[in-house]
Amino acid sequence: MDVPEDMPLLWVLRDVLSLTGTKFGCGMAQCGACTVHIGDGPVRSCVLPVSAVGDRAVTTIEGLSAGAVHPVQQAWIDEDVVQCGYCQPGQVMAAAALLKAKAQPTDADIDAALSANLCRCGTYQRIRAAVHRAAGQTGGRS
Amino acid sequence: MSASGIDRRTFLRASAQAAGGLTIAFYAGPLPLRAQEGAPAAAARPLPDPNAFLRIAADGTVTVVLAHSEMGQGMWTGLVMLLAEELDLDWSKLKVEHAPVAAAYAHPFFGIQMTGGSTSIASEFDRYRQVGAMARTLLIQAASQKWNVPAADCRALKGEVVAAARHAGYGELAAAAAALPRPTQVTLAPPSSWTVIGTPHKRLDSAAKVTGRADFGMDVHFPGLHTALVARSPYFGGKVKRFDGAAALKVRGVKAVVQVPSGIAVVAENFWAAKLGRAALDVEWDPGDGGTIDTTEMARSYRALAAQPGGVKAKAAGDPVAAMKTASKVVEAEYDLPYLAHAPMEPLNCTVRITADKCEIWTGTQLQTVDQGPAAQITGLRPEQVEIHTQFLGGGFGRRATPTSDFVREGTREDDIHGGYYRPQYFHKVKVGLDAKGAPVAWQHTLVGQSFLIGTPFEGMVKNGVDPTAVEGVFDSAYLADVPNHLVEHHAPKSPVTTLWWRSVGHSHSGFVMETLMDELAKAAGQDPLAYRRARLAKHPRHLGALELAAAKAGWGTPLPRGRFHGLAVHESFNSYVAQVAEVSVDRGAIRVHRVVCAIDCGTAVNPAGVVAQLESAVVFGLSAALHGEITLRQGRVQQSNFHDYRPLRLHEMPVVEVHIVPSTERPSGVGEPGVPPVAPAVANAVFAATGQRLRRLPLRLA
Repeated sequence: MDVPEDMPLLWVLRDVLSLTGTKFGCGMAQCGACTVHIGDGPVRSCVLPVSAVGDRAVTTIEGLSAGAVHPVQQAWIDEDVVQCGYCQPGQVMAAAALLKAKAQPTDADIDAALSANLCRCGTYQRIRAAVHRAAGQTGGRS
Repeated sequence: MSASGIDRRTFLRASAQAAGGLTIAFYAGPLPLRAQEGAPAAAARPLPDPNAFLRIAADGTVTVVLAHSEMGQGMWTGLVMLLAEELDLDWSKLKVEHAPVAAAYAHPFFGIQMTGGSTSIASEFDRYRQVGAMARTLLIQAASQKWNVPAADCRALKGEVVAAARHAGYGELAAAAAALPRPTQVTLAPPSSWTVIGTPHKRLDSAAKVTGRADFGMDVHFPGLHTALVARSPYFGGKVKRFDGAAALKVRGVKAVVQVPSGIAVVAENFWAAKLGRAALDVEWDPGDGGTIDTTEMARSYRALAAQPGGVKAKAAGDPVAAMKTASKVVEAEYDLPYLAHAPMEPLNCTVRITADKCEIWTGTQLQTVDQGPAAQITGLRPEQVEIHTQFLGGGFGRRATPTSDFVREGTREDDIHGGYYRPQYFHKVKVGLDAKGAPVAWQHTLVGQSFLIGTPFEGMVKNGVDPTAVEGVFDSAYLADVPNHLVEHHAPKSPVTTLWWRSVGHSHSGFVMETLMDELAKAAGQDPLAYRRARLAKHPRHLGALELAAAKAGWGTPLPRGRFHGLAVHESFNSYVAQVAEVSVDRGAIRVHRVVCAIDCGTAVNPAGVVAQLESAVVFGLSAALHGEITLRQGRVQQSNFHDYRPLRLHEMPVVEVHIVPSTERPSGVGEPGVPPVAPAVANAVFAATGQRLRRLPLRLA
């Protein structure tokens, strides 16, 4: 790819690769709408220069659900979480990363992992329920 | 624009103005639902054109076309449910889409194509059911002719018409049905036989939104698309004095630097290049009148203005000055409410493609008709040559219902927070006289705050000089109605700072004032806040119904865990009634909200699941403002810029929210907004119970 080294990963995904599932909300790692995975960890792609990615694998919301609906996405549907939906790809990516790191998170774990992801529609109560639901489905896996 | 299908009470006047805008006159009261109550709305209006709202493909796919914009409020599901009540659907063969901009989609209350005022379900309660009923009638008629059986023996069931052993999918019957004459009247199912309305339905847009497939305005891409960011004056009303775009043009990917009415546009291959290019611009601004604005100073001047006579009289009865002199007790209070930004998660944006005979716009908008006019003027095309592809809105809250659009490709969060169109800053000065039993007998209420109707395309909503969006929640308050001597006045000072409706509009400040004041009056009268409200609302059964339900479910008056305190509020807005009980603790000056119990009377709850979700959402929106929300200006510049200093509530601050729906057979009323106004006063009243501090400004800050 011929892009400037300082271009944040978010804009490479959105404007160069047309992977628009990852959203722009703040541009300063304050809202989490741009959350993707590098390896298994959540990253704010709006502030990460593409040059810092190196040869590591990047997973976006499109990649998370390639093939089948991911258990986190299914839990989001079952708990009727979304409203406007704009922040939800980032919420789902953050939750999927949390469950990879900790299969049975407590409310405190969820608060710690997801409080950096804003939702202006206020779907937090259902997000918390959906993470617990997904943990039930993925229980035992790590 | 044709006004066909719009009743006499509601019409649109749209005329091009020299200033380059539209004039929109809503001939509907400030409470359009009220005006409609008791009117045989379904019967009086001509039936809609079903083809505008429903398509049935040969393969049985049913596409429902939505005249309103989905911005999270759930009408993507609710409107489909209305149609499905009359036309039983195979939900696996359902498609839903936003309507193009056309006269057929004019809002049944307001006469233009728009989404707002918590009216999507309320205003479409008849039309979408009628469309379903018309389609059902035609499909059954087609089947009846095809099989040569009486129509009365046929029924529509899960995407098919069935009669005894025969059945045919809607797709098989669609062509024949379309050729039949349309019914001139239809009978809608009575509430007793509803199977869809009133039954919780999960959202139909979830799968697209959790997989990243849902298209928001920001997500539109096509070959040759460029991104523009505009450098706007950091001062409201400021102008470009001079600029030099040479450095910006040297940024890789920047294609052009252009002066536009709103500032200097940097056009680039992508967002990042546009952002770097804009940062490299050298612009000198003439601040104009906006260069000295200071919101603290504004609050002082508003306070001084509130003490002056000469405001517009919004409501008056009796002689409050004389009655005040004979009152047993007088309570006086003053309230400061800040500017607030909507800050939807998706920054404002708009994508445009202009060809010789067409202008296509992709955007998430609440005001299609109002966007179409200026786009036609700018491009020199006729309005019908402007196509609007409404995308999912990444949050609206009123911000995407702006009377002026500048069609910029993309904006940043800083553009949004600095961009104005705020909930106006307000000041309330109130003096209430109580009789010996504690009942209010005199009430003087002065509001000071900008009007976003006067002098804008929405001026038609102003009635006899009164801006209802400024004084709503006060001048139409149930409390005030029973006070024999009262006066409500509004001063509307002008400011270059642009203002707009913000989820729950005037109620966002009046609800706080009225419901914290009610607690003060209860205290002055030596009465329990619930008992005091009960006495005041004795003639208002729907207020009382919500109040009693919330109080009972929250356990008002029963002991709470140590350090926890209850606060109560009830408020009517958008023809719905919401009561909330907040459970709060205060630790070293920090307010923590643990639980909010809500009760809503919104008439018929078409999708109870959606009602619950909207109340949860409203609590968060209200708490964000109550605990954190404030836009301030110093020397003309907005001091906040992004989510670190304009703070929405975060997950770790989220209380448990419980929602209870008052059973009702009334027509549906608003749901998206009415949950917001009671939040701040319920919390403030709980803080008073915890600390004895009466907080009369927002955001709430303990001394």
